[in-house]
Amino acid sequence: MTHRPQYDPAGLADSLVLVSVRDTDWDGVRLHVVTGKGGTGKTTVAAALALALASHGKPVLLMEVEGRQGIAQLFDVPPLPYEERRVAVAPADHGHPGGDVYALAVDTQSALIEYLEMFYNLRQAGRALTKLGVVDFATTIAPGLGDVLLTGKAAEAVRRKAGGSPVYGAVVLDAPPTGRISRVLNISSEVSGLAKVGPIRSHADTVQKVIRSAQTVVHFVTLLEEMPVQETLDGIAELKEVGKGGIQPGGIIVNMTHQCSNRPVRDPASQGRDTQALEIALKTAGLGEDHKLAADLAAELADDARTAQAQAAQRTLLDAAGQPCYELPLITDGIDLAALYRLAAALREQGAA
Amino acid sequence: MSAKATPLAIDQLIDDRRTRIIVCCGSGGVGKTTVAAAIGLRAAERGRHVVVLTVDPARRLAQSMGLSMLDNTPRPVPGVRGAQQADPDQDEPGHDQPGQDEPGQTDGSMHAMMLDMKRTFDEIVEAHADPDRAAQILANPFYQSLSSSFAGTQEYMAMEKLGQLRRADEWDLIVVDTPPSRSALDFLDAPQRLGRFLDGRLLRLLVAPAKFGGKTGLRMLNASFGMVTGVVTKIIGSQLLRDVQTFVSAMDTMFGGFRERAEYTYRLLRTPGTAFLVIAAPEHDALREASYFVERLERDGMPLAGLVLNRVHRSPAARLSAARSLAAVEALQALPEGESSGLAITALQRHAERMRQSAAERRLAERFTAAHPLVPVAQIPAQPEDVHDLDGLRMIGTAFGTD
Repeated sequence: MTHRPQYDPAGLADSLVLVSVRDTDWDGVRLHVVTGKGGTGKTTVAAALALALASHGKPVLLMEVEGRQGIAQLFDVPPLPYEERRVAVAPADHGHPGGDVYALAVDTQSALIEYLEMFYNLRQAGRALTKLGVVDFATTIAPGLGDVLLTGKAAEAVRRKAGGSPVYGAVVLDAPPTGRISRVLNISSEVSGLAKVGPIRSHADTVQKVIRSAQTVVHFVTLLEEMPVQETLDGIAELKEVGKGGIQPGGIIVNMTHQCSNRPVRDPASQGRDTQALEIALKTAGLGEDHKLAADLAAELADDARTAQAQAAQRTLLDAAGQPCYELPLITDGIDLAALYRLAAALREQGAA
Repeated sequence: MSAKATPLAIDQLIDDRRTRIIVCCGSGGVGKTTVAAAIGLRAAERGRHVVVLTVDPARRLAQSMGLSMLDNTPRPVPGVRGAQQADPDQDEPGHDQPGQDEPGQTDGSMHAMMLDMKRTFDEIVEAHADPDRAAQILANPFYQSLSSSFAGTQEYMAMEKLGQLRRADEWDLIVVDTPPSRSALDFLDAPQRLGRFLDGRLLRLLVAPAKFGGKTGLRMLNASFGMVTGVVTKIIGSQLLRDVQTFVSAMDTMFGGFRERAEYTYRLLRTPGTAFLVIAAPEHDALREASYFVERLERDGMPLAGLVLNRVHRSPAARLSAARSLAAVEALQALPEGESSGLAITALQRHAERMRQSAAERRLAERFTAAHPLVPVAQIPAQPEDVHDLDGLRMIGTAFGTD
């Protein structure tokens, strides 16, 4: 939506077609962390963003970390194992074939076993430890450990290379909700109470480097309602504070917008006049003389006007945060693959991907 | 095939003086806190002495009840009306509990409190350990992270507080708003998980393997635990393990108590005086979580009162279908310039949109009822604006009758 001014001495921006194919608000970003308050549609937005990013042609990895198998349900595939699986392919873009979207459901236990194997060659021991409940124990007494392992997996996917070039064009992380996101991403302070030296420490440092680089941004999903907006603003402020400028907030994605929120705001007090005008128009439209219907429709309009006013106030608050805002429409018929494509297209049109 | 749900009359539930605890659960973002506050207010204005316990760190309840702050103690909510004033309380047939008609019982009251999980945990420690030992525990770094950021502590402490409020017996109705966990089930599972963990053999063996080392037959076990301790130390670091060890030895006498307390509250939740309300928005994900929760409550023999569908879109002009509404739009659009009515077109398009949304919501609700035909359902209409005062809560409460 917002376009940064670009150095353009030869006036090449005139050839907009070329530019618009590649130019997005987040060029150069490879890890998109998507957070949001519960109920705002975070997983749906993360999936749509992954599809939108994959339409540039490179494969994209969509990760979830909370063990709810939301991605599998969205893409209508069986529950995801701890393994990267192809779940969709992005639509072709200007004649270029779309890239594949892979999905991965990360759980702490598998991530820890994988970690033990990687660093200690302890896979068998890892299994035995799981049986004894040691893995549960370790992640329970050290909550930060789980976060290091989960974000570590995302960082690893970002850095992974095959034949000298990155395996994934981008990684989208369906992250924990807004209330926890700063703590999850601020790994170094989390592990400082945990391990001052040793492999976990250096692992955390590597992860932290990725998260605090220009390659990573944190997007916030919200609705135009008080609580989600407040949490978004708090979340952005907290991220800036905790991250000390090192962790970049990304876009604000306003989800499930009604058409009415784009209409001019009516004065809720004009209900009486509206009823009269509607009564005449309804008759013209062939709906008969129905004062009650006109009054009811005027009441609906007044309701909408009140909602629109409240939403406009929330919108003003969001704009003040200074991050790019994107809007996604409410989809009433349930989210399926077609709906995800629609949302992905909306994100692309607005420059989010 | 459309399944028709039994209507759930929340008024009947709160008017029944045998109802002592109402637990509002459901996934995040469905308006649990607001519904819990509205139930509390409605019950108080119908003559109950209510305390509402909220666990949400976003201080939403405080906001919705016009309070600037809530701490770990119940505070009176100003502006609650007397029973007579609020509702011409008609006795419903079949409600002849003793006490209902006694004088002085008609005026209700409402308190609200927000859970401070660290404070609650500290209080348990202070109540069960002598001052020196309590101070030692409170200063332990592991305790500090356990009591403020441990997964499950919030749920455990919510349960603990609920048990305390029930034992205090100062209120005749406790309304609980459960923590905003990713899954509604966490509320039931986390306390036991934490209780098991604190009480766990592994924890004890891990921190004090020497105790068991002398016994024959346990030598092998001891050896493998040596390996376990080694790996755990590698993973979490030796400092943390030492903190855990200090913590465990200081807390030793309290451990059995943890599990017992969790189990006491769990049992309390299964008594007939408790009613679980599953809150959901008429959306796919929220209803799926609601389904899981309903199944779980049934399996555990928990007293489920019903499902509350919050933020349901309705139209006062529902007799005009979406299709007819759009046909009328076309008719108006076909008129020559100047004669058409922009206002009417907007109104009819918006009406059609609302009817479609309402139909989609109804389909989702019917799908839920088809799977759970015996679960009564109450519906709360979507409010045009966010609720942040008692009047807003009262408005929600008007949906609690059966109509």
